[in-house]
Amino acid sequence: MEFFLSIFVGLLFAAGIYLLLHRDFVKLVIGIVIIGNATALFIFVAGRIVRQAGPFIKEDGSVPESFADPVPQALILTALVIGFGIQAFALLLFKKLYDVPKIHQVDDLKK
Amino acid sequence: MQLTEASILLPLILPFLTATICLFFNRSKKAQHFISIAGACLLLITAFFLLESVKENGIMVTQIGGWEAPFGITMVMDIFSAIMVLVTAFVGLMVNIYALQNIKKEKKQFGFFVFFHFLIMGVNGAFTAGDIFNLYVWFEILLIASFILLALGNGKEQLIGTVKYMLLSFIASAFLLVGVGIIYGISGSLNMANVAVFCRENPDNPLITVAAIFFLLPFGIKAALFPMYFWLPASYPTPDISVTAFFSGLLTKVGVYALIRFFTLIFVQDIAYTHTILLIAAAFTMFSGVLGALSRNSMRKVLSFHIISQIGYMILGLALFTPLALAGAIFYMVQHILVKTNLFMITGLVEKIKGTSVLKNIGGLYKSYPFVSLLFFIAALSLAGIPPFSGFWPKFLLIKAGFEAKEYWVIAIGIVTGLLTLFSMTKIWVYAFWEKEKKENENELLESIFIQRNWRMTVPVITITVMIIGIGFYSMPLMKYASLAAEQLMNPSLYIQKVLGK
Repeated sequence: MEFFLSIFVGLLFAAGIYLLLHRDFVKLVIGIVIIGNATALFIFVAGRIVRQAGPFIKEDGSVPESFADPVPQALILTALVIGFGIQAFALLLFKKLYDVPKIHQVDDLKK
Repeated sequence: MQLTEASILLPLILPFLTATICLFFNRSKKAQHFISIAGACLLLITAFFLLESVKENGIMVTQIGGWEAPFGITMVMDIFSAIMVLVTAFVGLMVNIYALQNIKKEKKQFGFFVFFHFLIMGVNGAFTAGDIFNLYVWFEILLIASFILLALGNGKEQLIGTVKYMLLSFIASAFLLVGVGIIYGISGSLNMANVAVFCRENPDNPLITVAAIFFLLPFGIKAALFPMYFWLPASYPTPDISVTAFFSGLLTKVGVYALIRFFTLIFVQDIAYTHTILLIAAAFTMFSGVLGALSRNSMRKVLSFHIISQIGYMILGLALFTPLALAGAIFYMVQHILVKTNLFMITGLVEKIKGTSVLKNIGGLYKSYPFVSLLFFIAALSLAGIPPFSGFWPKFLLIKAGFEAKEYWVIAIGIVTGLLTLFSMTKIWVYAFWEKEKKENENELLESIFIQRNWRMTVPVITITVMIIGIGFYSMPLMKYASLAAEQLMNPSLYIQKVLGK
């Protein structure tokens, strides 16, 4: 599972970087979203994937033998929320670029 | 004065409260002025006492929520952090006074002071974070505040600059998160002290060096290190001059701070590899930055490129990795923050007088404004490192450290860069101050009246200039603090012991 997820993370990064290099602003935003998700998945995989049990102490006080690490999940949650903030700001910024100086793609930034 | 350990949270809480209260008074200019100046003054006083307390009683540590060290979020303040927080508070107050006059009313009502104080909070947070992920969060806070300040007003140039700045910052954040993932994957912890212990116990783990590169990249982008500095001259010259002054002083220095923290505390297992990369990057940063400055023809752009070349000197101090070199780097950071902010604020004065900062459209400032010219002259010489001004001492320390480490080619580049800095400052001086006036401006005021009318803009400039001269002639106190901080950095076992409590 970790093997396939690792390859998937790599593919997501590749797709994200391809979109970031695109000259269209909408695709840039999609690239930001995809790279954000790729980093989140990367942390998830780096924290090892454990199935079946959550990080809870059982009713009789014993600790389960193997359980999913809660820290990467907390990190991902935080990173995703921050990512949403940046994506929202990026969308608004590109909207302003469309409206105010009438810039429609990355190449026009140079003028 | 004995401060409790939890008081290291004050540099975060005070700007937060200031910003939040300002938010409630967003229609009233006067109330916002009062609140933000009061908040900045309080922060300055707190930071001063914190520095004294850290110097007397050693490193201060707070575990947020009472969770013990490797599990919870830790905030740490050593002398290096305390110096940086104090300089932030001082420059924050100065720019705040400057902004009272420099920022338009609509922008204040939109929340200039709110985001300004959120930015200070993010910067202070990054300086005190003791947890890698927490550091990332503070970085994001200061980034989002800086995006808004950069785009405030929706000028065309500003929006274009913000796009470039935002995309590069986003890529940096993504790399930082990947680094966090690697570190967590190999060590199972994100507490800086705990990770440092892990790296010392497993120096052969090849993934540590991989992680080091993944941290070098984002911090390098944020510090504007070669070859990742192109966003800086594209975005910094565009917003209001108070914003530029504050950014140029502090934002890149947060990146330098993080680099120094990580590459003295955590990633020291393969110095021959990582610190050589830093050394080469530092040399190229110094040289290419100053070449960029020579090619520009507006004060804002020339000064923006100078930020880059100065960053090179600081990283040089880190790369040489001796106590003397680190002390030089810390000294350099402090004096650079003061000088750079001052130079941009003087550029603001020039723009106020002449209406532009493009070199070929101004001239004759020395004739009609000798005092403003003198202020620029002092700051410019200090930037180039001419004795007796403040820029001389850290350059001297760094070059001495370079000789001790026998890295002669870097010293040569450093000295040439200093000369070229002087040359490009001379260019501004000749064009803007000495040359004949291009066109007579009827509305130009007498200098004394100008200074009186714009006292909120001139007072901070004069204050910082006095500081620059003071540091130049009486450098011992700052030198002492810098070498104390460098000693602590070179001896991380103190830090680790204090945080982990063993």
